[in-house]
Amino acid sequence: MNIIVCIKQVPDAASVKWDREKGTLIRDGVKSVINPFDYNAIEAALQVRDELGGTVTAVTMGPPQAEEAIREAISLGVDQGVVVSDRAFAGADTLATTYTLSKAIEKLGGADLVFCGKQAIDGDTAQVGPGLSVRLGIPCVTCIGDMEVLEGGKGLRVKRMNEFGYDLVEVEFPALFTTIASLNTPRVPSLKGKMRAKKAKIPVWTAEDIGADPDRIGLKGSPTQVASTYIPTFEARKEMLEGSPEEQVEALVERLKGAGIL
Amino acid sequence: MSVNYFLTEEQQMIVELCRQIAEEKIVPVRAELDRNEEFPWEIMKDLAQADLFGLYIPEEYGGLGGGTFENCLAVEQLAWGCIGVTTTFAASALGGYPILLFGSKEQKERYLPDVAAGKKLVAFGLTEAGAGSDAAAIKTTAVDAGDHWVINGTKQWITNGGEAEIYTIIAMTDKHKGARGASAFILEKGDEGFSFGKKEKKMGLRASSTRELIFNECRIPKDRLLGRRGQGFIVAMRTLDLARPGIGAIGVGLAQAALDESVKYAKERVQFGQPIISFQAIQHMLADMATEIEASRALVYAVARTIDGGVKNFSKLSAMSKLFPTDVAMKVTTDAVQVLGGYGYMQEYPVEKMMRDAKILQIYEGTNQIQKNVIAQALNKEYAAK
Ligand SMILES: Cc1cc2nc3c(=O)[nH]c(=O)nc-3n(C[C@H](O)[C@H](O)[C@H](O)COP(=O)(O)OP(=O)(O)OC[C@H]3O[C@@H](n4cnc5c(N)ncnc54)[C@H](O)[C@@H]3O)c2cc1C
Repeated sequence: MNIIVCIKQVPDAASVKWDREKGTLIRDGVKSVINPFDYNAIEAALQVRDELGGTVTAVTMGPPQAEEAIREAISLGVDQGVVVSDRAFAGADTLATTYTLSKAIEKLGGADLVFCGKQAIDGDTAQVGPGLSVRLGIPCVTCIGDMEVLEGGKGLRVKRMNEFGYDLVEVEFPALFTTIASLNTPRVPSLKGKMRAKKAKIPVWTAEDIGADPDRIGLKGSPTQVASTYIPTFEARKEMLEGSPEEQVEALVERLKGAGIL
Repeated sequence: MSVNYFLTEEQQMIVELCRQIAEEKIVPVRAELDRNEEFPWEIMKDLAQADLFGLYIPEEYGGLGGGTFENCLAVEQLAWGCIGVTTTFAASALGGYPILLFGSKEQKERYLPDVAAGKKLVAFGLTEAGAGSDAAAIKTTAVDAGDHWVINGTKQWITNGGEAEIYTIIAMTDKHKGARGASAFILEKGDEGFSFGKKEKKMGLRASSTRELIFNECRIPKDRLLGRRGQGFIVAMRTLDLARPGIGAIGVGLAQAALDESVKYAKERVQFGQPIISFQAIQHMLADMATEIEASRALVYAVARTIDGGVKNFSKLSAMSKLFPTDVAMKVTTDAVQVLGGYGYMQEYPVEKMMRDAKILQIYEGTNQIQKNVIAQALNKEYAAK
């Protein structure tokens, strides 16, 4: 069983600051961490492997230092990992990203099962999981909040969480699932895992290594262009009402009516 | 700037991992475990998955082959989170040491892999109602009945009692031989005639289970004798010698947590128009706390490394490494409550629990008075030899 988890290194939300002038994140000196939802994806992959056997491979597209994310995944129990990294990947939108990831997975020999976090907390698109499933030509269930292996290990029975409750979905492998926090409690690393992670050789694959079409990766392969980013401003307004209590109540009712609340 | 203790990469990993577990898994639930006197099974599973139960067990039995020092590093960080949880973990090592030190090859193969994997917890049973500091006064007996042993008696205040699967206990086999008349045995939960009695309600350490072990015509196979007949108190003393630096390390971790809370609070709390850390009375208290903690840590680490380096008789050193840091932990946690004032006395803040918990460190695994006896006896001997 070939299980793949796609993970992304993101800036640590707790230590991130905004450059108010430029409207961008200040990334200098900010710690990079694994995207929170991806921990649930890793845990899900490990649980399926522990039950059905096979190998779990973590894949990340990012700068060379994304290797740290792969090492952390290995310390948690993932068998191996690969960093897909090339200057030519820079500026990729979700279309280019899913193409790149699918080529890497192809090079890994394809997948019986793929887990992705629901979304990355930096881009927040939630498109990479579903997009990747299309590239791979396999079914996809998003936002799973519960899962169990089907009888005979043929697939998974999952709860797809939505605003009203959940859909119970049974899917046979191969399939892709995106995970949310309530799916599981991610395990802590193990000492043996940490030692293995320290020693592990993490391959770095370039665009050429995965046989990617140069026109479909990075900025070039990305129809989505960010026009500008800005920080939304929130304004709190206050007004003191004057007069006797009766007058104040009257004035308040007027204003509530004016605001369409009454 | 912190002291450089020149940890190896592996030792650094142990520290990081245990700190992560303390922060992510222990701190969020410690108040609730304390309030409900709840046994921390979930956290034990985390510790097992993290390979920590195998820290001190040789690789051939599925462990990591670490020593006393590695164990101290681990419990120090866990204790920073909660010493009730940490005691549960550490007591399993206390129960495991006798098997490791005195077990036959068969006994080690039979028990240690499950202990290392964290599948089974262990407990150590020496104390009885009439035998605390005076361990030689134990009344539990084990009688050789041909093809099996028959055990009768009651052990009291046994950490992990009822929760552990494996018990190493000391019983009298030849009363008339006095201190040479005791032997060590391995008991298993479910052995005929072995049951559990009263579960204690405690001032602190409430996540840890403290319970009676009751042996009523308890029959166990011959091969459960641990070490030689008559070696029981040697088993107990060697075990406690090896475990005591760990108690010191728990003291260091607890005291560090109390200091961390104190400094944080002192910087935030404003009285008379200024943060209370600007008052010299508070500053000096914090300075004493920090200095005594570092001295404790240095002592524990040095003793643990000395033991791992291979020395024969280290009772004195191990007693020192328990005595000093646990007295410091009591003082530091008491001062932490003082720094936080009335808030420190409230359950909404963590330091009142730390103070309640700290007291046990001066009592169990030999009271601090007994540690002084051990140290003084060793001095007496050392100077006689000169
Ligand atoms: C929470 C908890 C968990 C425990 N877990 C375990 C366990 O897992 N396994 C186990 O076997 N035991 C365990 N114990 C028992 C513990 O080790 C004993 O409580 C301890 O050894 C002291 O014995 P005692 O309580 O009977 O005190 P006592 O021996 O009655 O001592 C009372 C006081 O007299 C002092 N004193 C006694 N003799 C001397 C002396 N010769 N010189 C100077 N002062 C002296 C003591 O220092 C103490 O201050 C546990 C106890 C507690 C409270």
